[in-house]
Amino acid sequence: MPVYSEKVMDHFMNPRNVGEIENPDGVGEVGNPVCGDMMTFYIKVDDNRLSDVKFQTFGCGAAIAVSSIVSEMAKGKTLEEARKITPALVAEELQGLPKNKYHCSNLGAQALNKAIDDYLEKQGKKVKSKRRKKDEG
Amino acid sequence: MKEVYMDNAATTPILPEVLEAMLPYLKDAYGNPQSLHQWGDEAREAIEAARGQVAALIGGRPEGIIFTASGSEANNFAIKGLAQAQQSKGKHIVISAIEHFSVLHSAKTLTKWGFEVTEVPVDKNGLVDPEEVAKNIRGDTILVSIMHANGEVGTIEPIAEIAKMVKKTGALFHTDAVATAGTIPVDVAELGVDALSLAANQFYGPKGVGALWLKKGTRIIPFIDGGVQEGGRRAGTENVPAIAGMGKAAELSQRDMSSRMSHLSRLRDRLIRGLASTIEHAILTGHPTQRLPGNASFCIQFIEGEAMLMLLSSKGVAASSGSACTSRALKASHVLTAMGIPAEIAQGSLLFTLGVNNSEQDVDYVLEVLPPIVDRLRQMSPLYAKFIKQQRGGR
Repeated sequence: MPVYSEKVMDHFMNPRNVGEIENPDGVGEVGNPVCGDMMTFYIKVDDNRLSDVKFQTFGCGAAIAVSSIVSEMAKGKTLEEARKITPALVAEELQGLPKNKYHCSNLGAQALNKAIDDYLEKQGKKVKSKRRKKDEG
Repeated sequence: MKEVYMDNAATTPILPEVLEAMLPYLKDAYGNPQSLHQWGDEAREAIEAARGQVAALIGGRPEGIIFTASGSEANNFAIKGLAQAQQSKGKHIVISAIEHFSVLHSAKTLTKWGFEVTEVPVDKNGLVDPEEVAKNIRGDTILVSIMHANGEVGTIEPIAEIAKMVKKTGALFHTDAVATAGTIPVDVAELGVDALSLAANQFYGPKGVGALWLKKGTRIIPFIDGGVQEGGRRAGTENVPAIAGMGKAAELSQRDMSSRMSHLSRLRDRLIRGLASTIEHAILTGHPTQRLPGNASFCIQFIEGEAMLMLLSSKGVAASSGSACTSRALKASHVLTAMGIPAEIAQGSLLFTLGVNNSEQDVDYVLEVLPPIVDRLRQMSPLYAKFIKQQRGGR
């Protein structure tokens, strides 16, 4: 078994924010089962802030711990602040990751960013559709 | 907390009688077997006694046994040493796709030395087809190496049948019997092989000692050059305590083999049946019947092996996995891949290898702690969520 920090073990054994958000404002899915890890992040946005973050992860101990800490780091942050959660910050927050598990921290940050992208895209669409309605109205 | 060790393919524990047999050579009987005095005599006698015990385990002559520092060394020695000794006859070698890395990588090294290697495939149960081996033997094939059993999925290969095919061609036949020697009956004459590797830590002997058996008259290039030890074929001062331990372990294995086998297969079947009835979407890997007595290997779908091992470890259970995440190279087990198991299913690899110290209670404990672990990881898994949604959608 790889040598994991206490923090990784804590987040692996007691992962925070596991699950799916019903009617999420944004969803970000990264990785695929063939390459080993897959993460899905769900976000709820209120007033430009991440009011809720949940995740589902298929992967190793590090992948699960990364997902958990990213969800914790992101919750309550503004979208701009959440964008600044980098793989390096994630690894640091977890008191380090074994070298061959570093890619897991990339996945976590990517999944969160993708969920934010999804939210912004949907917003754009919503805005468009509202406009259209107005135009039609 | 209860402790259950079910990683005997990684290494078995040392039996107390084996340790007893080793201790004198770690203490007062510290002589060098090559020395010409009573200390040397004592050490030499220990080695020759062990040689007899190991030879008896596999039905070979004592002179055929060359002690090595591991099963991996024995495999390296066999592949490289036999190939080099035969290279005037040809430079082609046949192995299977599921060999241990010590065979696979030795073969890879040979390709750098100008040899050609053919890997024969296995079927979905991990079986090598003797016809397939025969088909790949050419005029310049000098060596065939197929493992007796695969420790990761437990499949036992039809070595005697393959040996018959190989014998007709004049090529040498080596088998890696690390997973079988000391565990199931291994008889070099019945198998019809020219060379066979074994390792003590697979049958309750110490780590750091193995052996290569060679049929009389089989030429090999020495693996370690130096002094006259092991008939000049493997130089270096002998690891006397470990060799003595291997000898004792071989003797005990031979004595207790049938009772161990029935104990292990009973526990194995209890674990396989129990797991099948408590965990959905768990696939037994390896051959359903032609398998090692202590091997219960699975792929648990929708979750990953390392995460299972960590949670099992938190419950005191030691197992192993061939998932990509558990390997340093982040590659799924080549054995599962060769058996055609898709990468995402191989990620859920979980291997229990039982040993003589395991009891029915141990199996029941695993069957008690594993289902909640699987459940917990599946509740986290997006793959499982998708699967459930699809199922519901399908109804």
